[in-house]
Parts: sequence; structure tokens; C-alpha cells
Amino acid sequence: MLREKGTRFLVDSVGAEQARVLETEVAPAQAKAREKMAAGFKTVEPLEYYRRFLKENCRPDGRELGEFRTTTVNIGSVSTADGSALVKLGNTAVICGIKAEFAAPPPDAPDKGYVVPNVDLPPLCSSRFRSGPPGEEAQVASQFIADVIENSQIILKEDLCISPGKLAWVLYCDLICLDYDGNILDACTCALLAALKNVQLPEVTINEETALAEVNLKKKRYLNIRTHPVATSFAVFDDTLLIVDPTGEEEHLATGTLTVVMDEEGKLCCLHKPGGSGLTGAKLQDCLSRAVTRHKEIKKLMDEVIKSMKAK
Amino acid sequence: MQSEAKIHTEHGTDSSPQGPGCSLRHFACEQNLLSRPDGSASFLQGDTSVLAGVYGPAEVKVSKEIFNKATLEVILRPKIGLPGVAEKSRERLIRNTCEAVVLGALHPRTSITIVLQVISDAGSLMACCLNATCMALVDAGVPMQALFCGVTCALDSDGTLVLDPTAKQEKEARAVLTFALDSVDQKLLMSTTKGLYSNAELQQCLAAAQAASQHVFRFYRESLQRRYSKS
Repeated sequence: MLREKGTRFLVDSVGAEQARVLETEVAPAQAKAREKMAAGFKTVEPLEYYRRFLKENCRPDGRELGEFRTTTVNIGSVSTADGSALVKLGNTAVICGIKAEFAAPPPDAPDKGYVVPNVDLPPLCSSRFRSGPPGEEAQVASQFIADVIENSQIILKEDLCISPGKLAWVLYCDLICLDYDGNILDACTCALLAALKNVQLPEVTINEETALAEVNLKKKRYLNIRTHPVATSFAVFDDTLLIVDPTGEEEHLATGTLTVVMDEEGKLCCLHKPGGSGLTGAKLQDCLSRAVTRHKEIKKLMDEVIKSMKAK
Repeated sequence: MQSEAKIHTEHGTDSSPQGPGCSLRHFACEQNLLSRPDGSASFLQGDTSVLAGVYGPAEVKVSKEIFNKATLEVILRPKIGLPGVAEKSRERLIRNTCEAVVLGALHPRTSITIVLQVISDAGSLMACCLNATCMALVDAGVPMQALFCGVTCALDSDGTLVLDPTAKQEKEARAVLTFALDSVDQKLLMSTTKGLYSNAELQQCLAAAQAASQHVFRFYRESLQRRYSKS
């Protein structure tokens, strides 16, 4: 307080012309001071800082309200897994590894295999996660991925059956987040889809005499992927504004989130809105149309990656 | 102080003006039936029954406290077995719905705990949980900016819409959608869906759910009026 009074006194005592000269001389220093002030403002009032950007219809990282971060997909990087993919959505990085093992089919569905997803958010990806049993966020994400697999019928569980009642494939899909910067659900769905497209299962024949399974590692087939579910996440601000692909900070400041999973025919597999501020029907429609465009973008990206992979 | 007399309100709603396929099952709600929690409610929808208890605003652990609002916690216990990952997911849905309506800013650095026990599950479980939660929060006197209700719709293979489906209808349906709507202008607070459906079907379900929610809110109002007019 005293310091403020002091500086004001100083400015008042200097003449108007002299003050103007001082201004031009200290411009670069003032710019630095302004930056420091902005950083300080961001720490003290993050929501207000954010609102200033939203008023101009943009975000602190320079994106528009409906713009996604750069998406990168890398397939087949993990050689020990039967299928793998690494997806980077801006800073958020998720790696998916799929291992196929044998199991007895469930007694109530003897002609079906299993797909077991598991999302792991280790302390590596963000300081908010501790080591130990999976936290709530990881469990919710695992349940979400399991629902997407179930609802979209991405692979028919009957395709995973080798011998009804005796032997079936079980696909363990492990999704590990390497860097958490918001929008984990979109990245996980994309990684899962890419990894499943990369999975090659060997031919298995059941030897009638010994009743043992014979695995022919030389003959491998790709999985039959029936649909391409793509997730699009939105964050709701102040009950009215919708922004696409929130970063970690934006998720923290948002008053609600919405994730839409759509397949290529425009059918919805999942409309996940875990509470948060209410949405009107019109806003929901805007989200759905944005999800349609996002699906096209991701489909194009996936096709390119698969093509380059098969060309090798 | 001894707990007040239980006011048992029974109110069934019959078919809504939309036609025979859009009727809700018989509702019943009982409040203040448990002596320990600050608020409790048992909500019955057909044969589905959920018991909810609310403790709060109460003391919060320093590790969990939020400096400017109340910390909400939801515990959902299934009828059989230990709570699993699916329960965690549902708990988060209910918690986030409550966080949107409960005025947590009036009770900073406190905790509001909602405990739900599934008594019987005969379809529309999530909707019943949401309704029981809302009634229990009202019974506990937790300040809220709006009431909320849960409505489940099922779409079967030929596209017919069934509101408040039974367990059998849910199993045979192509898609099951559950919405939580608020009482002020029926905005969508929470949605969780199962199965494949188109955008047009979503709009249809949402409209039907909004119409059905009017019945539920009318039921809330009448049951509360009956309770407070007697004492």
C-alpha cells in the first residue's frame, strides 16, 4: 500500500511531458512487467483470466473455441504386444497395447470371446494421481471405454471364439496415459481404435486327437473392425459457452463436460454427460454437428496411418 | 429429538398425453424414515426401490476440503456383491449432477455425503437413484438452486420409445438412455446411454423425458405439500 502511494506521488510530481518521455524509454521493461502481471493474475484469478480470452472467442493457447489440438497417431510401436498405438492430442499422450490370450468362453455365452479394457493413470502423467489402487478417474475412464466397446459393437465377440464352449480369445486392452493434459477420453478412444486395427491374431486349430490348440504363428489375420467410434469432448463454461477439446486447466475451470461418441453413420454410441451445468436441446445439437466433423477428421487420419502401415 | 411421524405418500401417475407407450410406472416416496442421517428418502418406481441417506453439511477431512464450497461425496451400494467399477462410474454421475444444483458455496469447507442402497432393481435403476437422492437432499434441508429428476427411456428394435422400462424391456431394447433434468427449465444435467441410436431418436427421447419429468416434479411437489400440511 505504502509503495503504491509512493509511486503515484512520484508520477504526479514529474511533469506531463517528462512522463511521456519516460514511457517510451521504459516500454520493453513495461512489457515484461505486464507479462509478470498477467501471470500473477492467472494464478490469483484463473477463471477471470480465462473469461477475458473467451470474450474474444479464443483461448490462451491461441485456439478457436471449436478447434482441436494437433492429433498424432503412431501404430505398431510396441513389438511385444499383438497390437499397439500411441495417440497424442496436443500434450495429452495415451498408449494402448493389446495382448491376446486364450480363455474358456463364459458359460452363459459359449460362442463369445472377451475384450477387457483397462485405463491406467499413473503418477507419471500428472501430479494429481498417486500410486496405488486405481483412483476414481481411472475407474470411470475404464468403464467408459468398456461401454464404448459394448455399445458400438466395434468387434463382434463371436469373431473371437475359436471353438464354442472350449476356447476363445480374450483381448486385454491396456491404455496407459503418459501425459495428462485434459481430454483423456478422446485420446483413449482413438488409441483403442488404432490399436485394434493393428491387432493380428494367429490361426488356431484344435487338434481333434489331442484336443490341444495348435497355433500357427506364420498365418496371421487382422481383426474385423465393424465400426469406427470417435469421441469428441466438450467443456461447458459459465453454463453457456461450449469449448471443444479442453486442456487440463480448462477442465479444472469448467462447470461441466460432455463427451459424444459417434460412428460413421452418424449414430451415437455414447452421450456421456456426467452432471455439470444444464444444456438446452439447441446446444446439444451444436455439439453433435461438431462431433460429425471431428469423426471425418479422425477417419481420414486413421486411414492414412493404416495405409502407410500396410504399405511397409 | 425423536424422528417425526413417517408421512407415507402414494401417488401413481398414469399415461402421459403422448400415448400408451409413454406411461410411467407407479411412484411412491417415503421421507425421514431413518433416524441417524440428516435426511433420508426411499423412492419406489414400480418394483425398483432405492434408499438414500444424506449427512451434511458436516465436518470434512482436511485433505478433501475445498476452500469455497462444500465437498460432495456419493456412495452407491449394490444389492448384492461388493461395489465395483460400474458403481464408481454411477457415483461420479450422481455426484456431478448434485454438484450442479446444490449451493455448495453457502457451506464452504464442509462435506455433504449421500449414501444410496439399492433395495431392488427392476429396471430404470439410475433414474430411481437420482430421484431418491433429490428427495433425500430436500429432506436434509440442503440448499439447492433447483430440483432434479431422473427419467429412463428405452428404444426397442423397431424404434418405439418406452419410458421407465422394466428390467425385461431394458434387456431387449436396442438402446437405453437415462437423463437427469432440472426443474427450472428442464435442461439436461446428466445423460448416460447404452446402445446405438441416431440423433433424431435422441431428440425424441429427450423431448419425451422432458414431458415425463413434469409428472415427476408434480409428484415431488404434491408429496412435500402433503407432508408439510399435516404437521
